[in-house]
Amino acid sequence: MNSRRGSWWGLLWALLGALYFFVPMYGTLDFSLRMIKGQITLEAYRVVLADPAFLQAVVFSVEMAVITILVSILLFVPTAYWIHLRLPRLRPVVELITLLPFIVPTIVLVFGLIRTFGRPPFSLTNTGATTNILLVAGYIILSMPYMYRAVDVGLRSIDIHSLTEASLSLGSSWLDVIARVIVPNLRVAILAGSLITFATVMGELVLADFLVRPALGPYMVEVGKDTVYQPAALGIMSFAITWAAMGLIAIFARGDTARRLTVR
Amino acid sequence: MAQLTQAPPAPTASGAALGARRAAAGQFSWNWLGVVPFFLFIIAFLILPSSRLITDSFQDPTGAFTLANFAALFRDPLIIKAYRNSLEIGVATSLIGGVFGFLVAYAITLGGAPGWVRSGLMTFSGIAANFGGVPLAFAFIATVGRTGFLTALLRGAGFDIYQNGFSLYSFFGLLLAYNYFQFPLMVLTISPALEGLRAEWQEASQNLGASSFQYWRDIAFPILLPSILGTMLLLFGSAFGAFATAQALTGGTLILASLLIGTEIRGDTLGNANLGYALAVGMVVIMAVTIGLYALLQRRASRWLR
Repeated sequence: MNSRRGSWWGLLWALLGALYFFVPMYGTLDFSLRMIKGQITLEAYRVVLADPAFLQAVVFSVEMAVITILVSILLFVPTAYWIHLRLPRLRPVVELITLLPFIVPTIVLVFGLIRTFGRPPFSLTNTGATTNILLVAGYIILSMPYMYRAVDVGLRSIDIHSLTEASLSLGSSWLDVIARVIVPNLRVAILAGSLITFATVMGELVLADFLVRPALGPYMVEVGKDTVYQPAALGIMSFAITWAAMGLIAIFARGDTARRLTVR
Repeated sequence: MAQLTQAPPAPTASGAALGARRAAAGQFSWNWLGVVPFFLFIIAFLILPSSRLITDSFQDPTGAFTLANFAALFRDPLIIKAYRNSLEIGVATSLIGGVFGFLVAYAITLGGAPGWVRSGLMTFSGIAANFGGVPLAFAFIATVGRTGFLTALLRGAGFDIYQNGFSLYSFFGLLLAYNYFQFPLMVLTISPALEGLRAEWQEASQNLGASSFQYWRDIAFPILLPSILGTMLLLFGSAFGAFATAQALTGGTLILASLLIGTEIRGDTLGNANLGYALAVGMVVIMAVTIGLYALLQRRASRWLR
């Protein structure tokens, strides 16, 4: 009897949880299809996709995301590897540092970046190209908890000491060890971190908005200000990006790692 | 913060200790060089900007030392209101998201929901926990906004939620939207903890004559409490610092600490820029306390659940 009641109780909350996920998703989808009164059409999507500003924003954000991912990998993989191999006593310190982006809200980070680099001697906010440096740096900081942790978890699951010594004794250089032994062994972790970083950058507003860069986030805010149906279409597209990123992680990492990665 | 900026010199000592195993004894180790790029990056783009705001917050517009900015934090009614709203949003979403998330997590782990429901909900939690910002605001506007899908549906059924005190563009609306990523985060973190409760513990307490309620009150709940509280602190933090959803949803009609800093960066409606820095430092202090408590609770949580 107890277990019967337990199972009804459980099903009720599972159902409520599922409703909370799907109702907004379905509502947004339904809304996005009603741009032409009385008809179900893809007009809102057509209008969004036909807007040159949208395509420019997507291209810009994708570019920034790719640069962010590449620099993150170059910065975090060798660092995490070196700390595992030679400086294990630094690990708690670095772990704490990777939590810092949670302590400094993005709005505060962008404020600090503008204050520090927006005036002489740096004056990075004077041109678009140099402002992009700040933007990418900010994105790297924002995604650091996911990227670094992904790599860290990955390193823990392989025997880097043996791999390193084996390849060094076979005559590899340090560069070879990292690029051709460690990185291939970490590809699932790096891929997972990269996908989360990608999803984060594509949806990010605060950094791009306050650094006045033409990214997808600020574009969406503009569209949201003066149209009704296009935002819903953009919402569905954003859902799709997040779904794709998380889905790919789940496929590659088979659930377990994905769960560990999303837990902050 | 001050402690963290002193971190980089540490590798010299530990690196030397470890390097000694490989290199000849007594030889100076250059191991720490390997982490220099990382620390330079962190110092340049995270530590320096944050500490810059801290030093600025102790200055008046002429650059002289002052505590007036922090005094104003506790005097200016607009700032007090902003902090109160932000704290209330943070506490309310962490409570609602925490309790709801716990119940869903319970349902899919111990509650006897079928396996496919469990794996489905876990996957969706991973997606929803990473869904936020402007698109989240759009989704809720399209669903329960003034002309949204659900609003229209309920109006058709004779119940107009906007005539009955509900508004998406308010405190309560923001709670509803935030909960979309809050409770999944709770599901993701607490499900493993619930699974970590060993069947033997319940059997042992039953053998000793405890009721199911007593088992939960005296054994399971105290074991889970650090994990629950820890996650709720995270939920608090993510709602407290959030900007994009609130901006897109309320358009600034609801005054929040994060939004106030935003207006301060754009133009100076506050009149005194240094007050903006104090505002930012106030947020960092609150977040630091939150995350510090979280780290402490994590350590406690791992004691039983391994």
